[in-house]
Amino acid sequence: MIEIIDLKKNFGPKQVLKDVNLNIEDGKITCILGGSGSGKSTLIKCLVRLIEASGGKILVDGKDVTKINSEVKLAAIRRHFGYLFQDGALFDSMTVGENVAFGLKYLTDVPPADYPKVVKEKLALVGLKDVEHLNPSELSGGMRKRVSLARVLAVNPKCILYDEPTTGLDPIMSDIISELILDLKHKLGVTSVVITHDMNSAFKIADKIAFLHEGRILMEGTPEEFRRTDNPYVKQFVSGSSHGPIQMKIMKD
Amino acid sequence: MFKLIGKKIDSLLMQTGGAAEMIRSVLFWLGRSRFEWKQTVEQSVSIGVNSCGVTALTSLFTGMVLALQAGNTIGNIFGEPIFVGTIVSFSLIRELGPVLTGVVVSGRAGAAVTAHIGTMAVTEQLDALYTLGTNPTRYLVIPRLFAFLITMPVLTVFSNVFGVIGGYLVAAYALGVPGEVYFNDITTFMGVKDFMHGFIKSFIFAFMIATVCCYKGISTRGGAEGVGKATTGAVVTTIVLILVLDYFLTAILTAFGI
Ligand SMILES: Nc1ncnc2c1ncn2[C@@H]1O[C@H](COP(=O)(O)OP(=O)(O)O)[C@@H](O)[C@H]1O
Ligand SMILES: [Mg+2]
Repeated sequence: MIEIIDLKKNFGPKQVLKDVNLNIEDGKITCILGGSGSGKSTLIKCLVRLIEASGGKILVDGKDVTKINSEVKLAAIRRHFGYLFQDGALFDSMTVGENVAFGLKYLTDVPPADYPKVVKEKLALVGLKDVEHLNPSELSGGMRKRVSLARVLAVNPKCILYDEPTTGLDPIMSDIISELILDLKHKLGVTSVVITHDMNSAFKIADKIAFLHEGRILMEGTPEEFRRTDNPYVKQFVSGSSHGPIQMKIMKD
Repeated sequence: MFKLIGKKIDSLLMQTGGAAEMIRSVLFWLGRSRFEWKQTVEQSVSIGVNSCGVTALTSLFTGMVLALQAGNTIGNIFGEPIFVGTIVSFSLIRELGPVLTGVVVSGRAGAAVTAHIGTMAVTEQLDALYTLGTNPTRYLVIPRLFAFLITMPVLTVFSNVFGVIGGYLVAAYALGVPGEVYFNDITTFMGVKDFMHGFIKSFIFAFMIATVCCYKGISTRGGAEGVGKATTGAVVTTIVLILVLDYFLTAILTAFGI
């Protein structure tokens, strides 16, 4: 269980997260919706302390991660989390196989002789085969995301943070990724936090949806509640309309 | 105007603070984590291979021009070119060897390090290191720091050798100084402390180049443009620092009789 309490983050004078309160339940899929630049990535980066929060608490199994000040303890917390970066963040100086095996050395007791086996197994889990020797630059967007997911899965995290897993993919590939996220929940029982602005994907996979707007969670509920909501902000976002209370600040920043 | 200068100083202080923080993190992780041998060897080879050609070429010509200048000047005063070997070797081994090598290494290898780490920074690969059980200090900075510390002194010796050869070529074929006399001038006056002088400098330059280039890489923001800026910034900073440090090191080392 992850409890985010009054989380604040500002970059200089710019308040990105003002007061975020959210509970993330074990074994469930929580989707966080929000427009571009609303601070979704910032929020989940705070969870693993890739970004330092400016205020508030983040309790992971009752322990406040924002208060940890030893780098060793921090590493111990981070190992519970897998993080799927928006563009994959594959190491481009390594092959796909080396990328997937990367975390094994640091986070598991798997002997190096078994790495190829684990790599094969995890790649199969995301539906890829015989790609170990390729370079990341040779992969398509969908493949990059899946290889990156295989790299996350290799170290058996309890909780996976997905940063826009379907953005930039065609609708079919998006659906494949959504299925994959559902699959992992059922097969491995992992907790998932999925950042997205893909409504189809969110409605399909989410146990709970939270809508982040102007630094706060504006609404929290099941996909069904989101479909039927009267909240004009959420309604506008869900239907993807440019008319409504959410005004894009086109001229600003 | 004052505001601008104030801003510059502010950013300079912040960067120095950031670099100091990185060194603290290096010291913290040095004993606490497995040493990345593979990375260190790969980096050493890459720095050596990247820089040795240019180092050899620049040193050769520097040795040549030193011999030519020394020979002509001394020839004008004393009527014959004496002590050419001494002048060439002293200038090279105490000053120009480490400085030239430092400049070449920062332009070739240092720039490559900043560009590589900077690209990793803007594509979230540094963040990925944290989430996969290691961190940029352990995986990138420490191996590179050691790689620079190992290769710089070696390249400096390499540079000295080529410089002395360059000086010899000019002395023997343009000035008519016999090779025997040239090398005799070197061995008679050069001592271990002159080598130490150059050696200590090359170590300190290596440390500085590694620190600046890694830090500039890690702190890169703003996409491809940011990587370009960080890289030029790293090269300019290291070259200026080499020349400034060189003066102070010479002053300090000679005060200690080295
Ligand atoms: N390191 C940073 N420094 C300054 N501003 C940042 C930094 N990271 C993010 N921001 C700003 O914070 C806001 C939210 O960013 P982000 O969390 O990436 O948004 P999202 O993922 O929802 O698109 C953006 O306006 C962005 O410009
Ligand atoms: Mg984002």
